[in-house]
Amino acid sequence: MKFKRGQFIKLSALTAAFAIGGKKAISLIAGNELLADNHKTKADPNKRWGMAVEMGKCKEGCEKCIDACHTIHNVPDHGNPKDEIKWIWKEKKSKIFGEQVHPYAEKNADKPFLYMCLHCDEPPCTRVCPVNATFPREDGIVMMDFHRCIGCRFCMAACPYGVRNFNFKDPRPNIENPNYSYPSRSMGVVEKCNFCNERVDEGKVPACVEVCPEKVLTFGDLNDENSEIRQILRTRETIQPKTELGTKPSVFYVV
Amino acid sequence: MIERALRGNKLYWGWVGLLLAAIGVGIINYMEQLKTGLTITGMSRDITWGFYIAQLTFFVGVAASAVMMVIPYYLHDYKKFGKTIIFGEFLAVASVTMCLLFVVADMGQPQRALFVMFYPRPNSILFWDFVVLNGYLFLNIIIGWVTLEAEKNQVAPPKWVKPLIYLSIPWAVSIHTVTAFLIAGLPGRHLWLTAIMAPRFLASAFAAGPALLIILLMIVKKFSKFDPGKEPIQTLGKIVTYAMITNLFFYGLEFFTAFYSNIPGHMHSLEYLFWGLHGDNGEVYNKLVPAMWTSMTLGILGIALIIKPSMRQKETVLLIGAVMIFAATWIDKGLGLIIGGFIPNPIGYVTEYTITTPELLISIGIWSIGILIVTLGFKMAASIKKEVG
Repeated sequence: MKFKRGQFIKLSALTAAFAIGGKKAISLIAGNELLADNHKTKADPNKRWGMAVEMGKCKEGCEKCIDACHTIHNVPDHGNPKDEIKWIWKEKKSKIFGEQVHPYAEKNADKPFLYMCLHCDEPPCTRVCPVNATFPREDGIVMMDFHRCIGCRFCMAACPYGVRNFNFKDPRPNIENPNYSYPSRSMGVVEKCNFCNERVDEGKVPACVEVCPEKVLTFGDLNDENSEIRQILRTRETIQPKTELGTKPSVFYVV
Repeated sequence: MIERALRGNKLYWGWVGLLLAAIGVGIINYMEQLKTGLTITGMSRDITWGFYIAQLTFFVGVAASAVMMVIPYYLHDYKKFGKTIIFGEFLAVASVTMCLLFVVADMGQPQRALFVMFYPRPNSILFWDFVVLNGYLFLNIIIGWVTLEAEKNQVAPPKWVKPLIYLSIPWAVSIHTVTAFLIAGLPGRHLWLTAIMAPRFLASAFAAGPALLIILLMIVKKFSKFDPGKEPIQTLGKIVTYAMITNLFFYGLEFFTAFYSNIPGHMHSLEYLFWGLHGDNGEVYNKLVPAMWTSMTLGILGIALIIKPSMRQKETVLLIGAVMIFAATWIDKGLGLIIGGFIPNPIGYVTEYTITTPELLISIGIWSIGILIVTLGFKMAASIKKEVG
């Protein structure tokens, strides 16, 4: 183990050359996609998608939006809260808005509100991802790359809204009617609502918005002042959860 | 050099065999986790980090065993640590190895682990933790090996190792700071969102690392003919005392901020840990309460035992104090800090966490790898030290 100075330098140089050469070799075989960090999306940088939720219109017991979302996105039903995966669900108003709901609201506090990823403009979850598996698109949709995710669950610790899910086990056996046009996930990756980016890219609105018979959900471009959603935000009173954290959610609740 | 770790009596080989068996059991259970998924652990949608990540945060602290001797020895010329410094370095190697293994054990897609290097994102603290932990591991392997080799050959260590030793000092601070930053910068996790998280990591590390080293050096003294001497152990005892007092003081600061300000979010996790929380329908959640009070009690008793120099000088008393303080920091950081941060969940529900058998066996397997590194390293160092005198 006795190193001479010359040997040490030679060895270091050799190691460095090997490392650089190795990276070059990988890019020759796999092309640059493997090493590059750019997710190519069809996002329009001039748009910022958002959603307005008018729970006053929502019919009690109706779960059409939830079913539509979970069916087209192959969301499994594991039948237990520990492994549970949900992209959109009905949550008590007092849980979403916390201290903003006072005890005198009584029954109103338990009112179910539709709850999903809020697609923050300043998302803490994407900030912490070590591999860029979750990232904001230029149009504001907070994306998940199921094939990049290493399953460290840092994003789940970072999300202040509790809307992220982890595949603690293989989801495939518990998908009732698989939709083969959307990927199912492998075990060990994180998933959540994607604002139906696959539909948005085709000019459609998210599935939950489309199937709602009461028009509870309004989806649109927040940058377009003539859009329907901007009309709602201009004329109606809306609230958002935990705005003090600076997350700037893109989902607004009409009260 | 390694051949010295391969000579030993029946007791030594029995111990190594036991560790290998525990590692084997851990591997079998890890295979099961790879096949079935992390559902075999106690983690859930609400408690997304459990025992594994808690061990990461704890053993990053134990790695401080090295720097707490490197600083006095190299910066203050405190030569008494000359005989023991190598043990601190090997303990640091074992600790950081365990940290990295616990991270891998916690990953949902471990085969994608190298994505952290292929798609590096400096935005993510996890990327930096990966960098500093690996760096500290290699620094300590190189420094420990080269200085021990030089000592065996009874020559001065090569000059190029000196800058690495100096580099290892700020690097040691970085592993605690960066690991604290993993949890300290997350909005909405009030137990963790505190500017003194990094100082708390440093204080508890400077208590836990040297405390474990005191215990291990006494074991070395008992089982090998190498005597580390009274004074280095006494100095370590002093370091443990001051560090643990600082650690508990910092803990008190957290309590003051949370409860005097009376902000619900800041109080909830601490309330859960020390008194328990009530659910919406009156359910009681208090699984960690006994552990947290045990931790507090052990910490205070440990300090009380060794704060007086005349008491500390009795080696048995110092040993008991070190065990108590080590246990106290383990419960606090290797259990309460991570689990407590997830309770209540972001929208106010409480899900509790219980470790499962496979999860515990995998953890025991990883601990055993660490203990094996310590065993082999300490054996090697003790036999060389004894020979050179």
